[in-house]
Amino acid sequence: MAIDMTQFLQTFYEESFEGLEIMEAELLNLDGGDASEDTINTIFRAAHSIKGGAGTFGLQEIAAFTHVMETLLDEVRDGKRDLCTDLINLLLRSADCVKAMMAASRDEEEYDVDEVESVQKSLRALIDNKTDTTAPTTPDADPAKGKVESSEVSYKISFIPLPNLLQTGNDPARLFNELDELGKLTIDVDHDAMPELVDLPVDECTLSWTLTLVTTEQPEVIRAVFDWVSDECELTISCDENEQPEPEQENATVESKEPSTTKVEPKPKEKSDKVKEQGSIRVGIDKVDSLINLVGELVITQSMLGQLGKDFAVERLEKLKDGLSQLERNTRELQENVMSIRMLPISFAFNRFPRLVHDLNQQLGKKIELKMTGEHTELDKTVLEKIVDPLVHLVRNSVDHGIETPAVRLKQGKPEIGTVELKAYHKGGSIIIEIRDDGAGLDTDRIHAKAVERGLIGSDEVLSEEQVYDLIFRPGFSTTEVVSDVSGRGVGMDVVKRNIRALSGVVDVKSVKNKGTIFTIRLPLTLAIMDGQLIQIGGHTYIIPLISIIESLQIKKELVNTITARASVYKLREDYIEIVPLYKIFGIEAMQTEIINGLLVVVEGDGKKVGLLVDDLLDQQQVVIKSLETNYKKVEGISGATILGDGTVAMILDIQGLIELAHRYEKIDDIKNNVSEVA
Amino acid sequence: MTTILAVDDSASMRQMVSFALKSAGYEVVEAADGVEALDKAKSQQFNLVITDVNMPNMDGIELIRKLRELDIYKYTPLLMLTTESAMEKKSEGKQAGATGWIVKPFDPEQLVATIKKVL
Repeated sequence: MAIDMTQFLQTFYEESFEGLEIMEAELLNLDGGDASEDTINTIFRAAHSIKGGAGTFGLQEIAAFTHVMETLLDEVRDGKRDLCTDLINLLLRSADCVKAMMAASRDEEEYDVDEVESVQKSLRALIDNKTDTTAPTTPDADPAKGKVESSEVSYKISFIPLPNLLQTGNDPARLFNELDELGKLTIDVDHDAMPELVDLPVDECTLSWTLTLVTTEQPEVIRAVFDWVSDECELTISCDENEQPEPEQENATVESKEPSTTKVEPKPKEKSDKVKEQGSIRVGIDKVDSLINLVGELVITQSMLGQLGKDFAVERLEKLKDGLSQLERNTRELQENVMSIRMLPISFAFNRFPRLVHDLNQQLGKKIELKMTGEHTELDKTVLEKIVDPLVHLVRNSVDHGIETPAVRLKQGKPEIGTVELKAYHKGGSIIIEIRDDGAGLDTDRIHAKAVERGLIGSDEVLSEEQVYDLIFRPGFSTTEVVSDVSGRGVGMDVVKRNIRALSGVVDVKSVKNKGTIFTIRLPLTLAIMDGQLIQIGGHTYIIPLISIIESLQIKKELVNTITARASVYKLREDYIEIVPLYKIFGIEAMQTEIINGLLVVVEGDGKKVGLLVDDLLDQQQVVIKSLETNYKKVEGISGATILGDGTVAMILDIQGLIELAHRYEKIDDIKNNVSEVA
Repeated sequence: MTTILAVDDSASMRQMVSFALKSAGYEVVEAADGVEALDKAKSQQFNLVITDVNMPNMDGIELIRKLRELDIYKYTPLLMLTTESAMEKKSEGKQAGATGWIVKPFDPEQLVATIKKVL
């Protein structure tokens, strides 16, 4: 029976990676705290399972490596060794090694042999130091194999079972059958100890046997047959008199030999289909069920409408309307359900941070506790994948620049251990992610000085606090003189901001000196569909993302102030907001060219409010976003397009881009050339 | 039909054991830990139980002990899957009532050969 072991590998990789994640999480949980038995068992089990599986499925290197880990963990489990910080770090590194080896094996690539060897060495050193455990051995070949063909020998076997032998499901008859396969077997039964029939216990073995076996096998092989029952019998195997091998007098209780262990031959690596990231997601069966349900509803509605259409009469108009509204409900529910399949909890992004913070603590000599809340908040898979890098950058930033060293903190009367908090929650149609630290806060003077030095602002420019904070998001700004390994990876906060904006999100920062800093990221739940406000300018329909609209109002003449020929502002309660005449920026004909006759849609982008001048407000509806970039090219001020119910294409406005565009429009003339091709 | 209960918390191991035993013509029921196994063992008589030792919720040794206490498993072969390093586990298992053990790593042929011995 040849079974192709590679068929189990995929499952093995999956569960091993899962196990390693768990191991890592538990190790990080232990950090500093007391280890509960459960935690240690969980960690041990992960290593143990990987070792067992790796050995069975022919991944000898991984098996050997995890064996060493397991040995160490076993000592911890037995209380022979303390789980100190150094050991935790070493185990974390080991887990990384196993991950790397596993990934290398899966993708048929190379791994970093040096790192693996150095970690393995450290692990070994630890073991050798403490105890005299024999060097870990990978399972060797069958001891019975490779022996020289020997001549037949007659063995005398005295087998006296203890009464309880039967109670473990063992059966002398099975043992004899097995012996019989080894050679010529003669059985003599000794029933002296057997009580009278009336007293005979049903589940006790009161017989004993003397067996004679003529075989070419070695005595070890014979003893192996009795291996399972070695604790429940007295066993003597002796070589029959006259033969030359010295008498083999052995009590089975002395040593029990394992049954033959044959090594799984590492199969020549077959080119199994590549199993890298397959871009698949796990979907709960309940979600699938509810989808099927909804499709069922849809089919019913469709057949109902079909029936109506076949012989339609005016008096059945009401029914048609009913049917259509049912269709709308079905579609919406179906859409929501389908979207929810793409939604993943943000813990997928968050779960890397405990390790990150742990490593940074080590590296920077800081004491930081990471708190996470709202890990179950769901967001679109694409958004989730793209938000990881900016988040990592912000967390690194908080740890590196935000939180002070323990000494400094104590001096300032703060708790020695700093806190970095990650928080995610839903608000309206958006998801909010906060990165909060109780560190030093942003140093406005230093930022200002730096910005002057970098030529970002003039030395005499007076800025509000918010404006100063904004500077850190400007390209070419970095407050650390020395580019550190931690946060200065050649990407600045400007990249963070750009990436977040690419997701139609915004990031802003609040800070109080010596109290801490909060970065807040606001993201749309999904990139595929959004709620939009349709507006009209001349013969064109545009869409404003509902999320950026603050209010819409009829312009009152007396509240308009003209600054220049190109710029005017509107007094909105206590504020003055810029009026952006969309028709001018897009270079199209509009019905209302006079500001005073138009409608103003007040929108907010990048923390700034402006009023968009439009001809008319149309419907609000959900629109499916199509990329303009992939279908045409990137156009400033436009984030995408959609197809309306009547089949026409409408552009979706990019509010932040539009504000920038408007600023330039106020300054230069030929903006039109830039955008007129869109309209 | 001979039915075997295969217990292991590792899905890949379970798959492998199950596949090997099915190829050898046995019927196999799987369980992911001792609790699940005990539950299944109570609702159906198995001809053999083969279990991993290290498992969450209820480990293999506890499972064997609990099974032996049941009348219907008093004489049923109960085997454990153990690693070569866990010698003390073997005697612990025997104490609990295990019939025998199979040492990991093993290949399907060995597994089936061992099972044939006790069935």
